[in-house]
Amino acid sequence: MSNIKNISLNINGQLHTLEIKPYVSLLDALREYLDLTGTKKGCDHGQCGACTVLVNGKRVLSCLTLAVMKDGAEVTTIEGIDHPLQDAFIEHDAFQCGYCTPGQICSAVGLLQEGKAHTRAEVAELMSGNLCRCGASMEIIDAVMAVKDGGIHA
Amino acid sequence: MRDFNLIQAGGIADAVGKSTFIAGGTNLVDLLKYNLASADTLIDINEIGHNDIQQLPNGGVLLGAMMTNASTAYHPIIEERYPLLNKAILAGASAQIRNMATNGGNLLQRTRCYYFYDAASPCNKRVPGSGCSAIPGYNRIMAILGHSEHCIAVFPSDMCVALAALNAIVHISGIDGDRILAFADFHRLPGNTPHLDNNLQPGELITGIELPAEGFSQNYSYLKLRDRNSYAFALVSVATALDLDGDVIKDARIALGGVAHKPWRVPAAEDYLKNKPAVREHFEQAADIILQGATGFEHNSFKIELAKRAIVRNCLMALDPSCQLPGAQPSS
Repeated sequence: MSNIKNISLNINGQLHTLEIKPYVSLLDALREYLDLTGTKKGCDHGQCGACTVLVNGKRVLSCLTLAVMKDGAEVTTIEGIDHPLQDAFIEHDAFQCGYCTPGQICSAVGLLQEGKAHTRAEVAELMSGNLCRCGASMEIIDAVMAVKDGGIHA
Repeated sequence: MRDFNLIQAGGIADAVGKSTFIAGGTNLVDLLKYNLASADTLIDINEIGHNDIQQLPNGGVLLGAMMTNASTAYHPIIEERYPLLNKAILAGASAQIRNMATNGGNLLQRTRCYYFYDAASPCNKRVPGSGCSAIPGYNRIMAILGHSEHCIAVFPSDMCVALAALNAIVHISGIDGDRILAFADFHRLPGNTPHLDNNLQPGELITGIELPAEGFSQNYSYLKLRDRNSYAFALVSVATALDLDGDVIKDARIALGGVAHKPWRVPAAEDYLKNKPAVREHFEQAADIILQGATGFEHNSFKIELAKRAIVRNCLMALDPSCQLPGAQPSS
């Protein structure tokens, strides 16, 4: 089938052009075509949040996104993030194996930008799309609370 | 996933009459990965417009079908005038999925019945005539109302439970023009055609969802009961909207999710509540009316009593909406 599309993605401030089929997810485009393997494939079905990236500033699941539908978009992956949350995750021991961490951090960056989480319970609710099988969820929420609003909750 | 082509529709006229449409893709891409949906060509409708909220001359609003669930829930008009819809949307899926999923797509999502998702199992919804594996199988999450011998799957949306309670109207475009459907007439019961989830015809496209002027912004509550606190589908959910005159109920809406093939409303129960004091015993009576005729299966009969208690709890929560917790959890 001659359905290969030419698309461009601005990823972490750098323009990339790709020739890909429509069925390629944004996750696979990042990992398999561009060697940006910081974004993790957990379930590949929208149930775990490990593949979370920011597209045009909003946190989304790259596994359920077709890359061709994001032609021209700005994508931020963990490789492009330099944020106090990263230090807070280390300080609060907010991971064990680390596999969910890139998605957790991208999701938390999105959460802070959205500005809808005002309490610890709201942070927990709005981070619920990112599962941590090691059981570090409480520490992840601690880390987000430590950074939120300039650290006044710490 | 099978190979397919993808083309972008420039507008409604460019899209209607075609298939298969893709908007947010949060359900369709997953179904494509499991080979439970297939298409030679996907029509990307993200550039057709219909991605804002219009205020209507009748006092209501028209939600664009292409708005994301998140931008709808957090829109100032929805937060202020239709907080029940805000709560229901935010009880569903995750923040990431709500940033992707559209309003039109929410109405069209497929069931999460385990057997529908398991291509090795007979399923009348997936392969008409093949049988229902859920009836003799593990049916904890399945329907207690409106089911048939052919299908006991439930419709998974939270947003649609609120839309049902609010008497929303679905705006549809097709090659023969535009039409509207009352929300109660949009989704179908399984009967002997469980492969049909709704009354949208092939080639038709949802363009908007109209909310009538009455938003019940003073007394409302959405309660969602599930196996974990967040990011799970409802075992039972309840949307309650009350219009009160002092302690007396002038109008009541109660819709259930997670219990049937469509959001479940029983007008007789709502009529029963009208002009009665808003007290527990009347909500208990209404709950009994709503669950009349409910029948469970080996693993889900608990849902009948759970639904009754959820209705009463949620109606009491609607008397003081400030008691609602993030994620539509029970008040403490």
